[in-house]
Amino acid sequence: MPMDAKEIESLIKARMPNADVSIRDLAGDGDHYAAHVVSPEFKGKSRLQQHKMVYEALEGRMGGVLHALALTTSAPKE
Amino acid sequence: MSTQGNEQAVQDWIRKAVANNDVVLFMKGTKSMPQCGFSHQVSQILNHLGVDYRDVNVLDDMGIREGIKQFSNWPTIPQLYIKGEFVGGCDIVREMFQEGELQQMLADKGIAHETATA
Repeated sequence: MPMDAKEIESLIKARMPNADVSIRDLAGDGDHYAAHVVSPEFKGKSRLQQHKMVYEALEGRMGGVLHALALTTSAPKE
Repeated sequence: MSTQGNEQAVQDWIRKAVANNDVVLFMKGTKSMPQCGFSHQVSQILNHLGVDYRDVNVLDDMGIREGIKQFSNWPTIPQLYIKGEFVGGCDIVREMFQEGELQQMLADKGIAHETATA
């Protein structure tokens, strides 16, 4: 059962309340999204660590029910 | 390559593949015949940069396909390793390539490649 954008956003925000999450539905099939996450919690962390934080917030859905999430992350500009 | 799904044998096999090859891409399909868009993107970047790398087709062995996710604590395929270090999946490798960071990492680690840009 594919996920909807709102569910992805709320999962991320539940774990990272200060995150700014923008999600684009790439194919309209509930299975191909692009998400950009900006959070102060990313400050000083590598891109790999930032992505792992988002995947942990998605609680195991990444690579499972959520097949394709093109993810980009950044800390807020100073 | 078959590990008969024995967990320890899988982790050992992966550890050796990562340690014995400068650049290893765990992917769906092969470098000449990728079978997934994300795997295709990463192999295309490496081919474009003229990097010599070992491709491991996780579709050949379910043990490897699941074992690699535990090995790196990363939930998806493809997975790129350079000099034993997990670099990332499709999103990260593509972004690093676009920013020139992948080319810099290859140079820093003394791995032959062409200095092509995105």
